Amino acid sequence: MKNHISPAIRLTLILLVILSVVYPIVVAGIATLAAGGGKGETVTVNGKVVGYALIGQKFTEDRYFNSRPSAVDYNATGSAGSNKGPSNPDYLKTVQARIDTFLVHNPGVNKADIPAELVTASGSGLDPDLSPAAAKIQVARIAKNRNISVERLNQLVDEQTQGPLLGLLGPSTVNVLKLNVALDQLK
Amino acid sequence: MITDYIGLGLLFGLAVGIAIPTGRYLSHVFKGETTPLDFLTPLERLIYRLGGIDPAQPMTWRQYAVALLVVNGVWLLYALVMLLVQAQIPIWNQGNIPPMEWTLALNTAISFLTSTNLQHYSGESGATYFTQMAVLTFLQFVSAGTSLAVGVAVVRSLRSEHSERFGNFYQDFVLSITRVFMPLSLLGAIELIFTGVPMTFEPYQVIKTLQGAEQTVATGPVAAMLSIKHLGSNGGGFFGANTAHPFENPNVVSYILNLVNVLLLPLAFICFLGYFLNRRKLAVMLFTIMTGCWLSLTIPIMAQELAGNVAITQLGIDQSMGSLEGKEMRFGTAASAFWCGVNIVIPAGTLTSMHDSYTPLSGLFMQLGMQVDAFYGGVGTGFLYMFLYIIIAIFIGSLMIGRTPELLGKKVGIPEIQVAAFVIVMLPLLYLGATGLAVAVWNNTTNPAETLGWLSNGSYHGFTTMLYEYVSSAAGNGSGFEGLGDNTPFWNLSTAVVMLLGRFIPLLGPLIIGGLLLAKHYVPPTTGVLPVESSTFAVLLTAVILIIGALCFFPALAIGPIAEYLTQ
Repeated sequence: MKNHISPAIRLTLILLVILSVVYPIVVAGIATLAAGGGKGETVTVNGKVVGYALIGQKFTEDRYFNSRPSAVDYNATGSAGSNKGPSNPDYLKTVQARIDTFLVHNPGVNKADIPAELVTASGSGLDPDLSPAAAKIQVARIAKNRNISVERLNQLVDEQTQGPLLGLLGPSTVNVLKLNVALDQLK
Repeated sequence: MITDYIGLGLLFGLAVGIAIPTGRYLSHVFKGETTPLDFLTPLERLIYRLGGIDPAQPMTWRQYAVALLVVNGVWLLYALVMLLVQAQIPIWNQGNIPPMEWTLALNTAISFLTSTNLQHYSGESGATYFTQMAVLTFLQFVSAGTSLAVGVAVVRSLRSEHSERFGNFYQDFVLSITRVFMPLSLLGAIELIFTGVPMTFEPYQVIKTLQGAEQTVATGPVAAMLSIKHLGSNGGGFFGANTAHPFENPNVVSYILNLVNVLLLPLAFICFLGYFLNRRKLAVMLFTIMTGCWLSLTIPIMAQELAGNVAITQLGIDQSMGSLEGKEMRFGTAASAFWCGVNIVIPAGTLTSMHDSYTPLSGLFMQLGMQVDAFYGGVGTGFLYMFLYIIIAIFIGSLMIGRTPELLGKKVGIPEIQVAAFVIVMLPLLYLGATGLAVAVWNNTTNPAETLGWLSNGSYHGFTTMLYEYVSSAAGNGSGFEGLGDNTPFWNLSTAVVMLLGRFIPLLGPLIIGGLLLAKHYVPPTTGVLPVESSTFAVLLTAVILIIGALCFFPALAIGPIAEYLTQ
């Protein structure tokens, strides 16, 4: 055993240099060439950064498209899901309360049309997206609040919708932050 | 929805398509034949020289095991010390990160050393950039290197000759790093950067959101860790939410790249075995069994999730996109559940959706996949588990037809069967025993829900949560029902023990068997033996796996997911 200790320590030191110093620095160097310089792509309005394109924000005001519920309240330094089991009674009460709140803020919406994602929390608590259906169900509320026509808002959602990759994989999505930035620019 | 299935099928086809040439490449590397990466030879020579290693010196299986254990011990000590003092290290420190409490540090060090990556801490608030790179990513590389080295050594011991020359651990290990994990991780990290994954050492940024609130956004050197976490069947994420975090998995393109990285080396290892031993029939047979069993676990999970949560349907809302609690919209239900199906059989065990919120029966299939750990399994280790099942199946099969047990021309003796049976029985004993202990602690605490604070879900689901944690620890999977308040001394220490035993016993068992078989004389097969490449044996092997898996695991599943399903 003794004659293995020295090689083990020396091997560890060499590999630390290669794998934990050289490798990350090389990758970070190459990252400066990517969009956002490896720091994450940001969204700017009038020269001011209002968020990261990939990191969801809490939108609860009636004048904005609301984002999904988040188990961590969109804390981007503490990502997590709710981890509530499907049959947990407390959890089901929370979902029921979210449905009730949604119906209060969106009068005229049929309960059976509320997409589940609007009352369930995402895995990361930072989901930046909604399905087009979940955006459109909020259009009537925003149209009234902002005095913009429903058609124009539906058109805006369509413009912001990204289809599945090559038409094959993944659902259609709308980035809520980008959608709301575009909404603010409508006049 | 049907397009999702086509897309996922193409993804799997892509992974197989890359894995076949990668397997051939692995065979060239470990046979010492020429490869396109031979320009790395000077680097390897440098490592050997600075390390004081003679890679040409053959080892017996005992020396091989000792070398492996000693170097793993050095890594454990190094990691433990670094985690305890992480807050005091000034380089690559984004600030506001506390040192780890000792049971958490021990758990984390063991968790990454054993390639489990259970993670009782949360990356963005519990680890400095230095820790992420120089401790966690480092351990992801070297633990994967260890797994591959042992896998290669055991495959090599099945060659048709009699010898004591088991191979050299240092050579197998260094080649695994320089020829496999280092180049593939570099390539993977570069690809991921261009999908939007951050790679920066700057501190967290504070921004003012559109609604006027302040949001602090954690970033960091994510891409470097992300590629090896998947390639090495490790699974430890940079962030708490693992691969569900938008910075670890920005879009469907990154989803594909990440998932191909998960599949690549476990699939390539089967091809490697076929090329290296020149036994393609055996490789095809193993691939068929593994793929069949994997699909029969994954498809029910997808179906359950797409059907949605019954309790939510009863609330009267639109659940046409499936059960969405704990899932991300950019992947949707089909792709999230497919990811889950891959990561329960391959112990990367990364999450794009939260397993705790999956419907009850999905939890059953997840635990079955983790527990067998051989439907592909991890890079190197998946084959080791399958190898143990093969030994047991040969023993049972030969008894049935009244022949001497034989594997590829070597007689399988009593010690080999004893070792295989010991490992296969030890694992359920480990996680079922530990779950029993946890339940006993729970039952002997007054008002356990408040006093212990372990479970965010009670009843049958709570039991499944604890069972899952130990199955995942023993199998080196590292995923979790994250509703477990697991950063307590009890969970930190108990899972640490389970992970250590669940890693090193299944590594050493096959190594011993390989050493014993290699030392035997080769006898050309006659018509009287049970050929392992035949379809009869394939059926027998599958039955052995299912019977062992079902028999030791069914009672626990009955009081967990099955009870939850029946009472919902």
